[in-house]
Amino acid sequence: MAPCQSTFDFRLYDFQTKNMKLTLKIWRQKNAAAEGKIVEYPIDGIEPDMSFLEMLDILNDELIVKGEDTVAFDHDCREGICGMCSLYINGEAHGPDRLVTTCQLHMRKFKDGDTIFIEPFRAKAFPVIKDLVVDRGAFDRIQQSGGFVSVNTSGNTIDANTIPIPKHDADRAFDAATCIGCGACVASCKNSSAMLFVSAKVSQFALLPQGKVEAADRVMNMVAQMDAEGFGNCTNTGACEVECPKGISLENIARMNREYLSASLKG
Amino acid sequence: MAKSALLKSSIAKKVAMALSGLFLMLFLAQHFFINMTSVFSADTFNSISHFMGNNPLVQFVIQPILIVGVIFHFIMGFVLEYKNNSARPISYAKNNGAANSSWASRNMIISGSVVLAFLLVHFYDFWVPEMVYKYVDVSPLNETRYFHELAEKFESPIRTGLYSLSFLLLSLHLWHGFSSSFQSVGFNNKYSKSLKGFGYGFAIVIPFGFIFIALFHHFNH
Ligand code: HEM
Ligand code: SF4
Ligand code: FES
Repeated sequence: MAPCQSTFDFRLYDFQTKNMKLTLKIWRQKNAAAEGKIVEYPIDGIEPDMSFLEMLDILNDELIVKGEDTVAFDHDCREGICGMCSLYINGEAHGPDRLVTTCQLHMRKFKDGDTIFIEPFRAKAFPVIKDLVVDRGAFDRIQQSGGFVSVNTSGNTIDANTIPIPKHDADRAFDAATCIGCGACVASCKNSSAMLFVSAKVSQFALLPQGKVEAADRVMNMVAQMDAEGFGNCTNTGACEVECPKGISLENIARMNREYLSASLKG
Repeated sequence: MAKSALLKSSIAKKVAMALSGLFLMLFLAQHFFINMTSVFSADTFNSISHFMGNNPLVQFVIQPILIVGVIFHFIMGFVLEYKNNSARPISYAKNNGAANSSWASRNMIISGSVVLAFLLVHFYDFWVPEMVYKYVDVSPLNETRYFHELAEKFESPIRTGLYSLSFLLLSLHLWHGFSSSFQSVGFNNKYSKSLKGFGYGFAIVIPFGFIFIALFHHFNH
């Protein structure tokens, strides 16, 4: 009898219908000053189609019923655009999936019986506020130090669309501008370096005519602020690029280094 | 911008690291080609060594630059390692580094430290006797001594083994370091992919070439 053959490879699809039972190992820390520790939480009945944050919502519902303190974690849009959600899941920023934020991560990426470590993004420059929530204000301060263009708004402002820009440059600037400032690059880097984030913010302006005017000051100020915040240096391991939910390329870091070198040589 | 601020900047340090690394790789390639001649002809090796050892430009300009370059590179390596470690005071309970980066790239300080240990022994083995011979004892010029000195060093299996081990780690150091140094100086464009391939070749051919030379003399003399 001929064996039943199918060209359909089921292994390629995450067909999991069975509800999952998991062990969560979550970092709990009362406040910035308190010492934290990993606490274990068993959880049952997790559907594969749930998002990771929905799974944490369920855990928190259970904790409320038990009268325990809920697990604090950051989130806002829950559709991968705001950059608020974070979490270091099983040793990777935003978990094991690629090009997604934690809010876009689905439980089908895990298996029934798995143990999942959930930790805050770790860096001296990202102090823990509570549990899994960290203060990413350092990124805001870097932006404020140069991540803008100065435009005269006296009434005769020129429409940006009237300035011709080569498509190639416009595309690269847009790619860089898709950075949502989540901080996964810092969290993934063995040195807690913010180079990918800062280089994306430098590049999105440096590639456009409007941004060129202040390019030298921008890169000098943003790098100085980055260093002052206590981020580490870059070893070019490339971990940031792999873990970045928006696929920001290391090309931006090379561009920032060029911008920085030419700006400092100009004096 | 004030010069002091530039010197303190993370990018300036990184670029300096890359430039010293690039310089060391050039030196390494040159050293490799000279050593390789010892496999084919003792005479050629002797005459090149004699030239390198007695040419004033090599001795009093290039050699000091090289020594400063090595010292600068490893001191900066330790400085960066310290700074980078202190940027994360609390480490992760679970970290999956292998998911996003190579072992070689995450452990430059380990491969570098082994190479440093090797360099110290190497200085003690070759460079110090050479300096004593030439400048302390002021021994007579002997244009044929180099080959024997080299072959002699590789008699001991332990020394040859340790020598080979250090070059294995140098290979790992360059596996990441070659392409990394170009990225650091801002070179990332359509040629980078080919350059990376060339770097992997360099990281294999040069260190393993040194190992081959060591084994060749170990088994032939
Ligand atoms: C012949 C000897 C050596 C060569 C050819 C060499 C080459 C290189 C190159 C090309 C880089 C990449 C630079 C970059 O990423 O921009 C590098 C990085 C590095 N080297 Fe070496 N190196 C040598 C010896 C050493 C020694 C003795 C140490 C001692 C600790 C060392 C420690 C490091 C470290 C820590 C880095 C990474 C720095 C970072 O975080 O980016 N190297 N090396
Ligand atoms: S570069 Fe990527 S990982 Fe880093 S902050 Fe921007 S989006 Fe997040
Ligand atoms: S909550 Fe907005 S990106 Fe995840």
